[in-house]
Amino acid sequence: MSADVWTYVKVVLLVATVPAIVGFVIVLAERRIMAFMQVRLGPNRVGPQGTLQGLADLVKLVTKEDITPAKAEKAVHFLAPVLAVIPALTALAVIPFGPPVRIGKTMVPLWVADVNIGLLFLLAVTSIGVYGIILGGWSSNNKYSLLGGLRSAAQLVSYEVPMGLSLVSVLLMTRSLSLVAIVRRQEAMELWFIFPGLVAFFIYFVSGVAESNRNPFDLPEAESELVSGFNTEYSGVKFAFFFLGEYTAMIIISCVAVTVFLGGWLQPFPNVAALKFLGIVPPFVWFLGKVGAFIFCYIWFRSTFPRYRFDQLMALGWKWLIPMALANIVVVAFAILLTPGRTTGLVWLAWIFGGLFVAMFLLSKLRQKLTRRERLAAEPHPVEG
Amino acid sequence: MTDEKISQAEKDEAAYFAERAQAGAAAARSGTAASPEAHTLFDVQEMELNFGPQHPSTHGVLRLVLKVDGEKILEAKPDIGYLHRGTEKLFETETYPMGIPHTDRLDYVAAATNNHAFCLAVEKLLGVEIPRRAQLIRVILDELQRLSSHLVWLGTSGIDLGAVTPFWYAFREREQILDFFEEYCGARLTLNCMRIGGLPFDLTAGWTERVSEFLADLPARIDDYEQLLTDNRIWKKRTVGVGVISAEECVEWGLTGPIIRGSGLAWDLRRAQPYECYEELDFVVPTRQNGDTYDRYIVRVQEMRQSARILRQCLEKLEPGEIRGKVPRVIKPPAEEVYASIESPKGELGFYCVSNGTNKPYRMHVRPPSFINLQALPRLAKGHLVSDLVALIGTIDIVLGEVDR
Repeated sequence: MSADVWTYVKVVLLVATVPAIVGFVIVLAERRIMAFMQVRLGPNRVGPQGTLQGLADLVKLVTKEDITPAKAEKAVHFLAPVLAVIPALTALAVIPFGPPVRIGKTMVPLWVADVNIGLLFLLAVTSIGVYGIILGGWSSNNKYSLLGGLRSAAQLVSYEVPMGLSLVSVLLMTRSLSLVAIVRRQEAMELWFIFPGLVAFFIYFVSGVAESNRNPFDLPEAESELVSGFNTEYSGVKFAFFFLGEYTAMIIISCVAVTVFLGGWLQPFPNVAALKFLGIVPPFVWFLGKVGAFIFCYIWFRSTFPRYRFDQLMALGWKWLIPMALANIVVVAFAILLTPGRTTGLVWLAWIFGGLFVAMFLLSKLRQKLTRRERLAAEPHPVEG
Repeated sequence: MTDEKISQAEKDEAAYFAERAQAGAAAARSGTAASPEAHTLFDVQEMELNFGPQHPSTHGVLRLVLKVDGEKILEAKPDIGYLHRGTEKLFETETYPMGIPHTDRLDYVAAATNNHAFCLAVEKLLGVEIPRRAQLIRVILDELQRLSSHLVWLGTSGIDLGAVTPFWYAFREREQILDFFEEYCGARLTLNCMRIGGLPFDLTAGWTERVSEFLADLPARIDDYEQLLTDNRIWKKRTVGVGVISAEECVEWGLTGPIIRGSGLAWDLRRAQPYECYEELDFVVPTRQNGDTYDRYIVRVQEMRQSARILRQCLEKLEPGEIRGKVPRVIKPPAEEVYASIESPKGELGFYCVSNGTNKPYRMHVRPPSFINLQALPRLAKGHLVSDLVALIGTIDIVLGEVDR
């Protein structure tokens, strides 16, 4: 088979498997892991250990009556869930899931397209997804949905910028926008960009969580305030589309974080002799494992954090993340320009950021302890009676 | 500080409306405006938002009619009555002992304290002496109920602000407390666990030991909740400075319970007008100074620790004895009017009872803390965002059964 045919096969595989993975694996994992964190059991009735829960959900959502409110903007109301899903699935095209593998006589790369403007394409396409939410909120003709859509618009404006800026500092390191080239560069430098790009990684991931509307930034849905916000008036398959869009966006944010900062399909410590056995694990599995770790973080956040308020979210974006991202670009640029060779500066940067990170972590622990002690001292009583 | 902000916001609003009115009048004079509101690109339109009665965060069937500018609340009007069952009238149609089960349905997450307040009122009419063991057990039931009520509050107001996990931890402990109630009187929520002049049952064998075991675990469990919330940056951001009310205002509005104590006034009826055997118990009334949502949170958490302390003392003091005072078979109090109140988990819960000498009360009025505390919501919510409103409903800790009666 020629390479063209393989492209079609890969597209079909992606579009078919990602929703299935979302429905069967991620949702179940989320519910079971959250249940574990919250001293309860979670879904364990449908199939062994609840593994068929996804199927039950699917049947429920598909057979449910699809209601469009009488005074809704019908065409837009229909278009919105589509707009939420299609860009998310499209963005998967440029994600490199692994190096090319030999099938028969041809080398088949594990990505649909290696576009030379890969990162730019990703940013552009994923930001279309937010229109789905905004339009869905507006077209429902419901005040709560409108507020949800409004919040989503504000969130997009505030967090698209720091996310882009944080990726710029990585571009300085790679000098390429192609995601495959970014992974190859990390392989050649023997340095994952999370180390010199620690600040960028932090900004990227925080903005990513905000972009995919997950806790603690799930304001457009805000169950307890807006009664699930933009999707209040959606039921059945349309709701499922929004759901799928949200989770696919989560996957994409994780995939990009893995590709750009965590060496994509590369195995950790390739040059440590004692860890050579890690090479047995196929690169594709490394990639999936790293993505899984990110998804776990999402779930962990969800069961740990309270929700930010609208204005606080904006303040965080504009007053902290954007200035930080800009300063980071300058620091990285200087580190690259003022040192000989391509990697020396980055290695230094990695040590400096690493040291700062450890120091800040210890300081925050200390501060936590001190405030706690202060608070306990202020309490009016000995606790023991 | 935030008070100033709020009053500044009010001034800004007033100035804004005055400006608009002037502009409208000017436009009307020159005949340019076709509609009373001249729409420009940046003109703000108010929106009326119906918040409830079917809403996940109104803790029942509270309806609020909001006037919002974007997400900013200009005005919040509570609309109550969706759960009105005419309980006060029901008291008049039934004999005194038959009134106790109705009190279960007032504040349905804290039935024991309701029973207690009702019984105290009738006992005051009759002038009955309560045996010491019954007093101690009543205090034990009250404090267990306070713990469970505060746990419900902690869990639900956490969920309101998006922190879902503390809810499950809090409800795990609450389940244990409900188990204790079930073992004592067979019911878990609508307890009906007190009688005029004493108690219906004595404690079952081993009950006190099991409660002691639970109390030994409790401080560590409360530490767990605090670890998730108290020093959490986001939690603080959402609660510090939100819904500030001063102690003077609390007195003016008649607010009681954790709200007034969060504003710095150590007003607790267990100390201020001791009933049963609270006088001889060693506990502190926790207070905080700022009067915001965070301080009310801290006050309630500390109250849980204090309740545990009271419980430990009571369990030590328990000795075998009578559990019922000398009450006539048919309760016919003399024609008098009395008011008896206790510190319920939500504030001062009082029963005003008018007797005409028959076996039924002529009038029974309830002073429900939730209803009176709810009055402050419009004042607290003004100028805040819709997200804060949810926090404020949580911090007042209303139960609609008590608001509507």
